[in-house]
Amino acid sequence: MRGIIASGGYVPYRRLDRSDISKFLGSGGGRGTRTVASYDEDTTTMGVEAGRVALKNAPEGFQPDQLWFATVAPAYLDKTNATTIHAALRLEADLAFDFGGASRSAVGALKTALGAGGAVMVISADSRTGQPGSSDEATGGDGAAALIVGDDTHGPVIAEYLGGASATEEFIERWRTPGDNASGVWEERFGEIQYAPLVESAWKRGLDAAGVGVEQVTRLVVTGLHARAVRNLTPRLGVAKEALVDDRGTVIGNTGAAQVGLVLADVLESAAPGEVIAVVSLADGVDVLVFRTTDAIASYPSARTVAQQVEWGAPIGYGKFLAWRGTLSVEGPRRPPPSRISAAVSARSREYKYAFVGSRDRTTGALHLPPARISREGDALDDMDAAPMSEVQGTIATFTIDRIAYSPSPPIVFAVVDFDGGGRLPVELCDLDADLLQIGDRVELTFRRLFTAEGIHNYFWKARPVR
Amino acid sequence: MGSHGIKDQVAIIGMGCTEFAEHWDKGADDLIIWSANEAFEAAGLDKDGVDAYWYGTAMSGSSGLGIARPLHLTNKPVTRVENMCATGGEALRGAAYAVASGAYDVAMAIGVEKVKDGGYQGLAGAAGKPPTDGTERTLTAAAMYAMCVPAYGKKYGVDDATMREVLAHISWKNHYNGARNSRAQFKKEVTTETICNSPLMAGTLRVFDCSGVADGSTSAIVCRAEDAYKYTDKPVFVKALSMVAGNASGNADPDYDYTYFEEIGAAAADAYGQAGITNPRAQIAMSEVHDCFTPAELIIMEELQLCERGTAWKEVLAGTFDLDGDFPINPDGGLKSFGHPVGASGLRKIFECYTQLRGEAPPERTIKTIERGLAMTQDLGGYPGEMVAMVSIWGNQLG
Repeated sequence: MRGIIASGGYVPYRRLDRSDISKFLGSGGGRGTRTVASYDEDTTTMGVEAGRVALKNAPEGFQPDQLWFATVAPAYLDKTNATTIHAALRLEADLAFDFGGASRSAVGALKTALGAGGAVMVISADSRTGQPGSSDEATGGDGAAALIVGDDTHGPVIAEYLGGASATEEFIERWRTPGDNASGVWEERFGEIQYAPLVESAWKRGLDAAGVGVEQVTRLVVTGLHARAVRNLTPRLGVAKEALVDDRGTVIGNTGAAQVGLVLADVLESAAPGEVIAVVSLADGVDVLVFRTTDAIASYPSARTVAQQVEWGAPIGYGKFLAWRGTLSVEGPRRPPPSRISAAVSARSREYKYAFVGSRDRTTGALHLPPARISREGDALDDMDAAPMSEVQGTIATFTIDRIAYSPSPPIVFAVVDFDGGGRLPVELCDLDADLLQIGDRVELTFRRLFTAEGIHNYFWKARPVR
Repeated sequence: MGSHGIKDQVAIIGMGCTEFAEHWDKGADDLIIWSANEAFEAAGLDKDGVDAYWYGTAMSGSSGLGIARPLHLTNKPVTRVENMCATGGEALRGAAYAVASGAYDVAMAIGVEKVKDGGYQGLAGAAGKPPTDGTERTLTAAAMYAMCVPAYGKKYGVDDATMREVLAHISWKNHYNGARNSRAQFKKEVTTETICNSPLMAGTLRVFDCSGVADGSTSAIVCRAEDAYKYTDKPVFVKALSMVAGNASGNADPDYDYTYFEEIGAAAADAYGQAGITNPRAQIAMSEVHDCFTPAELIIMEELQLCERGTAWKEVLAGTFDLDGDFPINPDGGLKSFGHPVGASGLRKIFECYTQLRGEAPPERTIKTIERGLAMTQDLGGYPGEMVAMVSIWGNQLG
């Protein structure tokens, strides 16, 4: 049996109220909210966060054979982004590579993984943007998802892949030239007409391949950036209305390349055994995937669910959104910007920088962040074990708000964090309302992009309140 | 093994100190020439009469050429030193040991910093750091010292309003002293009301809790004590020179609570040992300390054993450390009034000890305790939990 072993979604903390757009610009916007990746997040960091959730949901000690990362908004070109995620998740897989460019690459990666061998972790992430006031800007969303695909030899399969089908056609309904931060779209009606026969064909063949009748489908996921086609073609599938899954578009928005994974993760977190889940993805063609949940899903752990993350959000103003996106250039602190990081130093400190691994004195147990060779207790030399700390929570010993330090979005909130079981590090906080912060508050780590200098991103860990 | 010091073996025979200011019209070279010439004149020497030089700067130059070129020295040894905010003191320590060892007859320490050419506020130019992996802390010094305020208040049961009053008194006192010093950057008294209403910088620290930023240079010439009276009738003798570089464990150790600076306490204990001091509060007349941020000065009072732990805040409010108090601190106005040209600050503190011990302070700034005949300087560079510290003691009499 091959299918999904574990899943995890990542929904950024900040929400832009769409009505703020029209208040600011006098036009655009709409109802509801969309998610906004913070200034220190990108598709790579969001992918890491989704991957962490999926690994928590996977069997203890699980290691995938391959890591595939799909996004439309890669942090780097030429350089593989999956290797950053691979390092942050401390994976042992020999293979890690990117699927990039089109939003369809994400569902393509998933489909390929379902047809391949071995345990494959498929991570998709997207950061959707558009011209100020555009529909893409208002209806887009930021997020990531991780799906672990494998056979039951890799762990209990929670959703068996029954089969699927695809259809492909060349037509120009949406496009973006490399380097642009907004897409162009053709008149909506045209795309809808183009998608209609493809949906019909792939749907019929997909159900046949899966060996299920349309009446057996209990959860229907329809995704795609062409909102009109999704809306108008869904009723034609013949699935009962109650089976239609809420894609949480009114809170999250459309997360593009991440949407299939994110909605699927959300569904799996609430599905009962024996459910038939059909996914129909519209992107330059149509991909249909059909799953049936197994008995194993009854005991599926579901750490940090999409539903929880949807609840945790806090607002961000439209001006700040534009500044974070780089659309609006705002005055920074009067401090010199940081220098680019050293590739050589970063390679030497890979375990600490990317995976937040400290060292623990084998005799005294003293924990060192960053790892040290000589112990601060007892002075033992090179007598330490690696101490992975990225999943360890901590308590704020003291904190300060720095109004003058360099930050892409000042002020910086810094806390001295004492980690459970030992270890202390002064670390930057994020995703919080600083006015509510108190000594003794509990925090957990999150992988972030601290800054970018000379085109090199500086990834490291920050802490966020435990919610 | 042991720390013995060089008590009464070396004397300062001349010093020079520029005005500390935003010297838009002067470069580091001009400041070096200014303070060096004052020192030469005070000692009755010229540059050829000095056998070896120590050059302290954190960010305004590199190598001995930094002073050999502007002073046009000919075939002289020049050692460049850097030890964060203890750079100036460190330059003089090197020069003093060189003389004490017998290697040279006369040595000179020149500290300088040209801060205001960088185009940023604060000590932002202090870069020159090696390439990193980008994981290091990015907080400003102000934010690091801000963490001491709630920590101290909580540990010793001092409420936020009282802590505010204590820090404001420190700031007020240093500006009061600076208003009586022609070399200070800010020669103006500041009311506690202004201090408490100034803009927030980090945590609860406001602009007037932070030292200023200025350009400046200070120089000192030393020789062996037995030769001192050949150059001056008012030599100032080295009683103790102590330096500690911390191992930076404070920020990794969950037991560290941001209410003490262990490095300074260790340097002070060593200095008192070298000078044979058993009761610093009674035996020493004054101290120049590193008031980079007001909570630093507060905690330094306890590290120097001028009062019991947890009581410095009461002594501050009681006026113990005021100009007319029982133990004046920063009678020249401190970093608060002088700003902080990093390489010069340590020597500037020594310059005030030299001035008071020689009885050359103007009447409005002369401290009544100076009859004790000993004065102290204290430097620190770095942050709570990871710092270098210096404590030195100076006297106007042998023995």
